[in-house]
Amino acid sequence: MDRAATAEKIAELIEPFNKKGVAVTEATTFAGDLEWDSLTVMDFVAAIEDDFDIIISMNQQAEIETYGQLIDAVTKLQG
Amino acid sequence: MTDLFSKFDPLIEQRRALLAGGVEDPFNLVMERVISPTVAVCNGRETILLGTYNYMGMTFDPDVIAAGKQAFDDFGSGTTGSRVLNGTYAGHRACEEALKEFYGMDHAMVFSTGYQANLGIISTIAGKGDYIVLDIDSHASIWDGCKMGDAEVVPFKHNDIVAMEKRLKRIPEGAGKLVILEGVYSMLGDIAPLKEMIRVAKENGAMVLVDEAHSMGFIGPNGRGVAEDQGCLEDVDFVIGTFSKSVGTVGGFCVSNHPKFEILRLVCRPYVFTASLPPSVMHTATTSIRKLMHGKAKRDKLWESSRVLHKGLRDLGFQLGTPEAQSAIIAVIMPDLERGAAMWEALLHEGLYVNLARPPATPAGMTLLRCSLCAEHTADQVQTIIGMFERAGKAIGII
Repeated sequence: MDRAATAEKIAELIEPFNKKGVAVTEATTFAGDLEWDSLTVMDFVAAIEDDFDIIISMNQQAEIETYGQLIDAVTKLQG
Repeated sequence: MTDLFSKFDPLIEQRRALLAGGVEDPFNLVMERVISPTVAVCNGRETILLGTYNYMGMTFDPDVIAAGKQAFDDFGSGTTGSRVLNGTYAGHRACEEALKEFYGMDHAMVFSTGYQANLGIISTIAGKGDYIVLDIDSHASIWDGCKMGDAEVVPFKHNDIVAMEKRLKRIPEGAGKLVILEGVYSMLGDIAPLKEMIRVAKENGAMVLVDEAHSMGFIGPNGRGVAEDQGCLEDVDFVIGTFSKSVGTVGGFCVSNHPKFEILRLVCRPYVFTASLPPSVMHTATTSIRKLMHGKAKRDKLWESSRVLHKGLRDLGFQLGTPEAQSAIIAVIMPDLERGAAMWEALLHEGLYVNLARPPATPAGMTLLRCSLCAEHTADQVQTIIGMFERAGKAIGII
């Protein structure tokens, strides 16, 4: 799946987690802008992992702060 | 200059606001005199202890105390050295022998604390390119062990067998895998479905480490823990435990049947680069472990107290962490930190000590009053405790 298709899929998956209806751009941060706690992060990561059939380890998650970085990481992880 | 402490400001403010309300500081209690495993004088009041990990009440066992005193006379106050240099005394060996017998395993390694046992074993055996798959509600010492090592860390939802299996199946071919579970999760006092989880872990080629800190001495026919109780102890590669709970002193350990286990003594940094435990601690631990092998009467009594307290609190209308008593920990869920702290203080004024637990130690941002029972609690004490909860709960408006 290329970056555009990946981005489209992630946009779908983030919907139920974006409870405050924040307008999401590539620069949106999960902790800051979306104000997600660790539990929400875990559930969201699990949803992404299950949909794309990938692992995003804690080590990789530490490098992902923005929505754009997540799309890049998932695009890459699909190999 | 940037003040490095500014990151703590939100916590400082939360604490200030809490204490400004006139609550006694829940994190600054002093035990002035300890009368027995279940009673102490705290902040000037005689108090029933319902928030210790002294599950089997071994801290005042006369044989345990005598062994410690004798060790002081025979071996002095401390070893002043690492286990791999001058810090292994006869007592350390004897303690490891007792652990091997207690668990029926080939190898045992004693660390200076339970925290260090997790830190050391996890960070040493799971290295670069390996994967650790662990329950999201794992204890801080497990997370810190993961952080200290170089493995890829993959958490899954608490006790969720399917979530664990999916993650195991996605790990690249050929990578080393370590699954980390706990027998009893100490915040809610719930147990893990170890038999199923370990079966799935093994089917997917993983080694399994189980932390049995809160079950040793109490759960299982021989007190070996939840894995023994569920009949899957022989499939556990590494059991981590502690002396600071049922054993009644301080220290940690790992037992294993792995044929190459002994090499860890040379490569495990939290084992090598710290002083070994004092001889008195080793002799008290050894005596206590050997007595715990024959602790069936105490185990039965502790289960009885745990069930009675669980039912009593449930019948009063408190919300509890588990639907029935699964361990010696009964977690009472508080609506928020403010009312949790108020309830904690009301109980203390009644003459009862419980643990106030709050995030980040607790799952899902919960505030908990954690009750942990001791085999030495009498049936009368348990009824007294239920009465104290009733009065305090009504006064604070929780029930």
